[in-house]
Amino acid sequence: MSSVEFRKDLFREERDDNLQEIGKPTRRQDILGHVTGRSPYYDDHLFDGLLHMRCVRSPHHHARIRSIDTGAAERMPGVIRVILARDVPNNLNTLLSLINFGKDEEKLIQDTKVAYVGEPVAAIIAETDRQARDACAAVKVDYEVLPHVLDPEEALSPQAPVVNEVYPNNTFDYHDLYDHQKLRFGDVDKGFAEADHIVEGEYQMSPIEQAPIETCGAIAAPETNDRYVCYTSTQALFFSLGTTAKLLDMPSSRLHFIGGTVGGGFGGKVDSIVEPLSVLGAVLAGRPVKFMWDRTEEMQVGAPRGAERWRIKDGVARDGRILARAFTGFFDAGAYTRLSSYAIIKCSAHLPGPYTIPNVAANVFCVFTNRTPATAMRGFGITGVDFAIECHMDKVAEAVGLNPIELRILNAYRDGDMKPHRRLAKNTALIECCQVAAQKSGWSIGAEAARQSSLLGGGGPRAEIPETVTDMAGQIGERRRSVIPTAPGEGASARGNVPAGTQGIPIVAAAPQDEDMIMDPSRTGYRGPSSTPTRIPEAAIATDTRPQAAAPASPPPPAARPGPVAPSGSSQVLQPALQPALSPPAPQASPEPPATAPQPPAPDAASQPYKPEKPFSRGVNRPGVSRFLSGSRRR
Amino acid sequence: MTVHKGRGFACINYPIGMNLGGDPSQALVHSTPDGKFMVSLSSIDLGQGMKSVTRQIAAETLGVPVADVYVDTADSDTGPHCMGSFASRGTHRVGNAVIRAATEARKALLEAAAEELEVNAADLETDGQGNIHVKGAPTRTITVADTAIAAQFKQGRTLSGRGIFLIPPSDVDPDTGEMTPVSCFAHAALVVDLEVDDETGEVTVNEINSAYEVGRALNPRLVEQQLIGGAWMGVSHALYETTEPYYPDRNHGPEDFNAYLMPGPGEVVDHNIAVLERPAEDAPFGGKGPGEMCANPVLPAIANAVYNAVGVRCDTLPITPERVLRGLLANGGARPQGVR
Repeated sequence: MSSVEFRKDLFREERDDNLQEIGKPTRRQDILGHVTGRSPYYDDHLFDGLLHMRCVRSPHHHARIRSIDTGAAERMPGVIRVILARDVPNNLNTLLSLINFGKDEEKLIQDTKVAYVGEPVAAIIAETDRQARDACAAVKVDYEVLPHVLDPEEALSPQAPVVNEVYPNNTFDYHDLYDHQKLRFGDVDKGFAEADHIVEGEYQMSPIEQAPIETCGAIAAPETNDRYVCYTSTQALFFSLGTTAKLLDMPSSRLHFIGGTVGGGFGGKVDSIVEPLSVLGAVLAGRPVKFMWDRTEEMQVGAPRGAERWRIKDGVARDGRILARAFTGFFDAGAYTRLSSYAIIKCSAHLPGPYTIPNVAANVFCVFTNRTPATAMRGFGITGVDFAIECHMDKVAEAVGLNPIELRILNAYRDGDMKPHRRLAKNTALIECCQVAAQKSGWSIGAEAARQSSLLGGGGPRAEIPETVTDMAGQIGERRRSVIPTAPGEGASARGNVPAGTQGIPIVAAAPQDEDMIMDPSRTGYRGPSSTPTRIPEAAIATDTRPQAAAPASPPPPAARPGPVAPSGSSQVLQPALQPALSPPAPQASPEPPATAPQPPAPDAASQPYKPEKPFSRGVNRPGVSRFLSGSRRR
Repeated sequence: MTVHKGRGFACINYPIGMNLGGDPSQALVHSTPDGKFMVSLSSIDLGQGMKSVTRQIAAETLGVPVADVYVDTADSDTGPHCMGSFASRGTHRVGNAVIRAATEARKALLEAAAEELEVNAADLETDGQGNIHVKGAPTRTITVADTAIAAQFKQGRTLSGRGIFLIPPSDVDPDTGEMTPVSCFAHAALVVDLEVDDETGEVTVNEINSAYEVGRALNPRLVEQQLIGGAWMGVSHALYETTEPYYPDRNHGPEDFNAYLMPGPGEVVDHNIAVLERPAEDAPFGGKGPGEMCANPVLPAIANAVYNAVGVRCDTLPITPERVLRGLLANGGARPQGVR
């Protein structure tokens, strides 16, 4: 049996909970249609004379196309049209060209070289799906098989075959300078030298299919007035529309895209492959065309969450404070960029996870290999590295002999701390989550860890940006000429220094264009940041009474600095009320009397937070019964 | 054969939104002549509840009942631009755009009501039940429906609003990685209790106890569903799913749901959730978007619990029985790490 509780007692001062509609368990607008099978998805739109499209796909990881013979296929029954690369008006794109990121590199249909198993070399439109499949089987492609590379680190070797000719080094070009994204904050080598323990680990995130019940697809049909309508399963309507307009060299005003109700996405429906192909089919055939992936295509040709390989090296003090952390990451993009290059940017800013570590460095590579291109998936750029970081945190806890939860709280980021991408942390709540999870599971943590708060102990020296060591290793093309190490700083021929306190201007949301669009602040439900922690009642946390091996959990001091440092521009925004990092919050300053009840006094019925009428309950799980048998979801 | 119990922990934060190339979304709100409001978007409802959350945000901002608001989305001829439903951006970006559009529409609504009641619009308030009245004088009142009729047929006024929310592009420094990547962070921590069978290598997850901090639970029922579903996905990623079981070898790739394993209904793990709400300043009513982050902590927590149970570090996903058994073989048997 499952349960859910809403801890309205925590951060109460920062919220206005007396809102009319927000916070209510209102039934979904569309749920009755969904559960009665009446919501129209893209495939529920019916057209007279609907044609079906299927693709001829590469059986090789890597091969040159010598010739494509479609003669037999064209004479097959029901075949309306064979589409080849030459039929695509502007046959080169990269998904993020719509936001000017990356070079055009992927063809909608290939004609010269295939770079992964499943890459399309022709599309066939026929009266029925069966006829289209049979005709695909009759297309004869003469391939010259080429050597291929499947491991991202092998792809970095100078001898590796070139996967994607637009990126001949098998790596995405970052900022026209480097073959990887760098993150540099402080000096990790100095941190490693000061550390009592060095903890290293390597982690491998597997490729994962988004696995929506509704496979990717679209139906396109000629509309009146020389336009084309496209019903689509896309997750990003204007991405798909813009990509179609570009590949088909067609004004976007001639395209009418309709979607919005999608049978599961999880990131796999952003790539905009089926929309341009189905619209191209409707243009060439003059009739409605459906292109819907079957399950095999969805699983092996549709872009998955790519594999990631991570190496983490930590320098840790005896008491558990992490002094330095270096990452080397490899995102396996497959044969084309799609969204991997961008996932790395998001990932780099996420490092080193939700912890305040004074010295951080990372090199993250977007590597091309001869496999299905990777794309977005739930947890974009984050899931894989979070797996690595949190497995690694347990290894650190073991190395220093600390309770794993206390280690997290000791190193947790707090309001006012500087993050390695040089922006201040605010609105943090990691410590409270750790405390509540410990409490719910009955996992004891020490009294010192139980007293900590995200609101206290941050900022001050922890808000400062240290002097930072940089390097120019891994310039574009360098790795083609010789083997150079991939870890941050290693193999660098030249080093640089960025002075302490160096910080650019943070980007904030564009202001409302008109004052009529600014909501009355009293109606936003936001009361502003509080400096008073709403502590988890200590009695509610099972306190560990065993002698503790390590020092009490106090926030880590900053890295050793040469003398006092003038406050940087960034630290001026800090609240003066925040306590200095080296003095942990004094127990007697606690605003609460020693709590005896684990829960705050029960509020009156009207303001009770939502509780489900019936807790979520799982289905069949009995000995001898298949674990995959469907059971009653709510009993 | 022995079944070993293990317990593992993990905690994470999750960045909301994307902004590398700018991250805009727009919304349009207009009233029908009888005072119902339509919200036009191009955002996608993947099942996460996009339509429902934006509907509640619009109703709250307008000050009208949620039943009087309907969200129409994703027709490129009528809905204004939206980047799409990804990067946990929907609630934050689209929600903010809806707030701006609904705020402008509310201003027009109150001005039309002020003309009918012959008072200053600044003195009016909504009761959330479909009425507008003078502050402190609840008897001087007009319904939203009557206001809309007057605006349409008597005053010649539209009760409509436009909204856009944009995080402008952020450059990335090539040497230091400095950037402004995201707007706010959601948080989570959880404890996994599981069993490992040292003969079969099979892992059975028995219970999850978790805390998720989501800014504000705009719709607590949708939050509950996301968190239960997300934890299921986390268990699935940790123990079952992959398109390439022997990565980087491309062989043995599953092509359907017979070979692509996921937990069945009988394997949905009992999950005790605590939801924390620390509202983010620039988020709609503080809500951060729980959708993407909720699977992430489950993966490492399971790996850490397997180590606690049998002393095998599973640093490669998924944690299949084969990997557990190979680890046990390498260690010369199970090495339980102690009760937590």
